[in-house]
Amino acid sequence: MTAAPLPEHPDWLWRTPDPRPSYDVVIVGAGGHGLATAYYLAKNHGITNVAVLEKGWLAGGNMARNTTIIRSNYLWDESAAIYEHALKLWERLPEELDYDFLFSQRGVLNLAHTLQDVREGVRRVNANRLNGVDAEWLDTDEVAKVCPIVNVSPGTRYPVLGGTYQPRAGIAKHDHVAWALARRADEMGVDLIQGCEVTGFVKDGDRVVGVETSRGRILAGRVGLAAAGHSSVLAELAGFRLPVQSHPLQALVSELHQPVHPTVVMSNHVHVYVSQAHKGELVMGAGVDTYNGYGQRGSFHVIEHQMAAAVELFPVFARAHVLRTWGGIVDVTPDASPVIGTTPVENLFVNCGWGTGGFKATPAAGWTFAHTIATGEPHPLNKPFALERFTTGALIDEHGAAAVAH
Amino acid sequence: MLLLNCPWCGPRDETEYHYGGQAHIPFPETAGDLTDEQWAEYVFYRDNPKGPFAERWVHSTGCRRWFNVVRDTVSYEVLAVYRLDEPRPEVPGLPGPDDLRQPADPAGGNR
Repeated sequence: MTAAPLPEHPDWLWRTPDPRPSYDVVIVGAGGHGLATAYYLAKNHGITNVAVLEKGWLAGGNMARNTTIIRSNYLWDESAAIYEHALKLWERLPEELDYDFLFSQRGVLNLAHTLQDVREGVRRVNANRLNGVDAEWLDTDEVAKVCPIVNVSPGTRYPVLGGTYQPRAGIAKHDHVAWALARRADEMGVDLIQGCEVTGFVKDGDRVVGVETSRGRILAGRVGLAAAGHSSVLAELAGFRLPVQSHPLQALVSELHQPVHPTVVMSNHVHVYVSQAHKGELVMGAGVDTYNGYGQRGSFHVIEHQMAAAVELFPVFARAHVLRTWGGIVDVTPDASPVIGTTPVENLFVNCGWGTGGFKATPAAGWTFAHTIATGEPHPLNKPFALERFTTGALIDEHGAAAVAH
Repeated sequence: MLLLNCPWCGPRDETEYHYGGQAHIPFPETAGDLTDEQWAEYVFYRDNPKGPFAERWVHSTGCRRWFNVVRDTVSYEVLAVYRLDEPRPEVPGLPGPDDLRQPADPAGGNR
């Protein structure tokens, strides 16, 4: 009796070239944002002499550690514009990339538990509609219709008074998103170089002309930073500061269950967010650890709080077991909005500060960052997200719509 | 879970405390003369090192007093705890007081 033969190993989706001595553009960070930037540099701007450098493995940082939620129901015009652009790109990317990364528009509910939550939610729904973002205000009974397993009893400590609902929002399979982008970027000539840590910058006066890496010096016409939690470490190497603080953000999944949770539910007030992955795990997240950290792990008491909130909101989960937990390092700005634009160093560009919400923005981050790198000027969508806003005071304060405490 | 040693109450779990960000950021001495860039620096820009970091904590559920901690942001090891009226201890890997952008505030820089 012989064992069944193992299936053939799949073809690799991208090459693993050695770094060349120079490129037109070097992107630091092969997460979702770095890969999307490379993809749109090639596709939208015809710039293919590009390397994406990754100190670890491709999409092994925050791209592998998020809760995969995609939505665009942000309050301010600038945010609604860029996140809605992302959502529109998400809607066409599976076909464009010819890769089914399981983008599932199952909707997102943001619950309200206090009168102030209700006012904020209704205001945000109105703001969303004015910006062309699909949004509805649901009362308690309507919440229960969209997601029957939510405990809408008035007897809970923080009763569900209603919620905002964005039907076009949803989830996607994060790893597959990265692989889909990587495959296409690679096909168009982009070198994806893993195990290549940037250790310094080569400068000619105030101009960057390359990077020092663990695999030698690589010259570059332009350099784009897309390194999330490590952006300020890189900025310091390049000689400037960023208004970001790095915090651990953790998430967890349960064991697999039958399909029971039809949408995504988020609650700022009791602070948990839950969806069910295609495979069946309940995916849950909560807030960041308040202190700065690079340890890629979070505090246990955060899990304790989010579990308490989850069990009150979803009594049906009370006997689910936690399968695994993990943490990523998020770069948080003072106004909970990203920084995409130029830096004090010529030819060096930065995309950072997405805090707890970078995954949903992946295509728009890539689209606008590629435009900024290719032309040297911001795209209209990322112009408001320049570093200058911290000097002018034109902040985009999205702490409310960010939905995760940070 | 961090174990922080409150200078007044002794070691307590992280959950008894609240975080206050970077320590030793005094209010500008000549506030009326600052440029927009200098105000931005004071209000929005903080160090974010990978390694030892001097930061503020308050013992919210205990004595409710503020104090300073030097903590490694990678290992989360607490390297020093000191009161606001005490000088910052020397810790390897931490920039010396002379390297601080602004002189350490004797009151601890609580805004």
